Amino acid sequence: MNAVGIIFSNIHDQSIPEITRMRTMASVPFGCRYRLIDFPLSNFVNSSIKNIGVITHYNYQSLMDHIGTGKDWDLATRSGGIRILPPYITAYDNTMSAGLYSTRLEALAGILNFISRAKEEYAVLSDCDTICNIDLNEILAFHKAKGADITVVAKTEVLTRAMVGKQTVIETDEGGRITDIAEQTSNMSGSKYVCMNILIMSRLYLQNLVLDAIAHGYKNFYRDSMMNNVSSANFYVYEHKGFHASITSPAEFFKCNMQLLDKKVRDDLFNNPTHPILTKVRNSPPTKYVEGAKVSNSLLADGCVIEGTVENSIIFRGVRVSKGAVVRNSILMQDTFIGEDVQLNCVITDKNVLIGDGCDLSGHETRPFYIEKGARI
Amino acid sequence: MKAKKECVAMLLAGGQGSRLYALTTTVAKPAVQFGGKYRIIDFTLSNCVNSGIDTVGVLTQYQPLVLNEYVGNGQPWDLDRTFGGVKILPPYQAADRADWYKGTANAIYQNMRFIDRYDPEYVLILSGDHIYTMDYNAMLAYAKEQNADCTIAVISVPKEDVSRFGILSADENGRITKFEEKPKQSDSTDASMGIYIFRKDKLFDYLNADAADPNSENDFGKNIIPAMLNAGERLFAYPFVGYWKDVGTISSLWEANMDLLETSKTPFRINDKHRRVFSRSSIRAPHYMADSANVDNSIITEGCQIYGTVKNSVLSPGVIVEEGAEVIDAVIHAGCTIKSGAKVNYSIVASDVIIGENAIVGEPRETSSGISLVGAHQEIPAGEVVPGNVIRQAKGE
Repeated sequence: MNAVGIIFSNIHDQSIPEITRMRTMASVPFGCRYRLIDFPLSNFVNSSIKNIGVITHYNYQSLMDHIGTGKDWDLATRSGGIRILPPYITAYDNTMSAGLYSTRLEALAGILNFISRAKEEYAVLSDCDTICNIDLNEILAFHKAKGADITVVAKTEVLTRAMVGKQTVIETDEGGRITDIAEQTSNMSGSKYVCMNILIMSRLYLQNLVLDAIAHGYKNFYRDSMMNNVSSANFYVYEHKGFHASITSPAEFFKCNMQLLDKKVRDDLFNNPTHPILTKVRNSPPTKYVEGAKVSNSLLADGCVIEGTVENSIIFRGVRVSKGAVVRNSILMQDTFIGEDVQLNCVITDKNVLIGDGCDLSGHETRPFYIEKGARI
Repeated sequence: MKAKKECVAMLLAGGQGSRLYALTTTVAKPAVQFGGKYRIIDFTLSNCVNSGIDTVGVLTQYQPLVLNEYVGNGQPWDLDRTFGGVKILPPYQAADRADWYKGTANAIYQNMRFIDRYDPEYVLILSGDHIYTMDYNAMLAYAKEQNADCTIAVISVPKEDVSRFGILSADENGRITKFEEKPKQSDSTDASMGIYIFRKDKLFDYLNADAADPNSENDFGKNIIPAMLNAGERLFAYPFVGYWKDVGTISSLWEANMDLLETSKTPFRINDKHRRVFSRSSIRAPHYMADSANVDNSIITEGCQIYGTVKNSVLSPGVIVEEGAEVIDAVIHAGCTIKSGAKVNYSIVASDVIIGENAIVGEPRETSSGISLVGAHQEIPAGEVVPGNVIRQAKGE
């Protein structure tokens, strides 16, 4: 696919403030062994996009650590490959770098050079927290067939109260051409197209759109740049019918992880032999189940040692669950240590958490109890 | 200026491993799957990297396709280097000769030019069919300290097993005084592990002499070591303490897999973050344990989906155990499916095998006459019984 890929790594950081306190949204751990950026990155790589820029803003150390040279995604190449694009701040003020950007459009303005220097004909933009396994070549074919200026990937969803202000709703005519784009408000209801924040357009169109935005002081990609042109330009919706999730709140983060316990979701996301979700290889040994371990309806990564009971849980690499411990409906991130006779329910432990013998901790699925990185309890 | 390396490793990976039968019909022994996500060669390659040896020649001959692809550019072991790194060395046609590798010493003899490119002082000779973790650097330091021409790693074996090994006797300084190849009985119980560090110049002298001798079997154990010993060269024994297992037979391969389950024995520290065993990852989803899963004392890895019972077993990536199926005392290689109601007992099942519904493979360990072996890429039809101590090979393999 002759396209340059752009990923927004700090977008929606405020949706799960505790988990993103020390990392970007892109490097938020997800699904036992992944980071959120693995999904858009794998979608790009599987669609043979070979030149990828990751826009960062702050907190991006963990992201750089995860991506490394990009070799785990076959992106350690001489031409193209993956590039982290940190904030563009000059010693003197200028319009393009005045302060840190806070919107998608401002972020794009900061990487105008990257966009204009790329050789590829098309550009694909993706948020980092859009969890799906999607073939971008199909979308590009659709984009060309429609003669579209911008193609927006969307899913059909019944709008709920919980999502007000957290997603973008799209109206189209019968032909799929976009007539309206708006942030979801409380007076909207029914089944609508919801934007998945994956966009395809020609690279020159993107370049002009960004220049136009700088000239006019636009802030928002959808509401300003796109809405101002919605009647004259050809904006189309491509409907994605497979699994999709985005992280809009701690409860949603918890729910999305738990959705992986559904075989249909796993098959859709992970069991596509030509579209694997790639991630950094950690070379953990396989997981060991010691005598007396009881595990049901759970997803586990490598490198764990399980002696206790685990139910309905997502267990990351290198977790240890000691004898007599019972872990229910919980997400235990990398290298969590659960002591003997611990009871957990609806708990999220970040990396390297230690829970001492006999602790009894509980949250609720709408309010999972989050324990920060490195904590000792 | 000529760039150089102090020590170059040569890994003998050309053997067929005929005593592994159906497991090695299409892959060389070092590429046989082991311990869930590994292949046998991972252990020696990882030892090299963890010991700071970054130049490894892998000598291949028998069925090299899978092994070549697996080793590739060496990236999983950090052996993709601009100078050095891992290199696959198959037999080749030269101006004056074209030969298969005729023996372990001949294989090295044919690759003396490869070794010379790095101008090393020492050459480390390894075999690709042992499971162990070892610091070769400590052995190299010992070789230097003793000013040895050849240093042989030895491990103490039970007295009744001496007839399976090359047995060494050494004086109180560690200098080797006697070498017996597979003796019926011996006073010494120090067995050669097939790990040698040679001073390069001496090695080349003896390889040249050996190649000129038409009666030689071109073997390190049978020819080179005895010749050096007779000539009074400085040969030293380096005692190794730890887990080491030759996985040359079906039963030793099965046992080595099961040793990983013995937490109390801790055969070797597969979990040690500083001496990690690296492998080429198959990049699959995490493994899933269903409500109906019943898992006890087992090793399970990425891509597995467990709905049935798994006990005392080692599963490689992507194994599916359906509801009602039982896997007990078994080693299951990658991509196998055990259908519902099927039972696998005391067996090794090679990759991509489908065990049909209610089929029975092997017999319970207590009553079985031996380990059953199912070769790769075949389907055991529903309801079929494969008894204990049987090798079932796919047609055409």
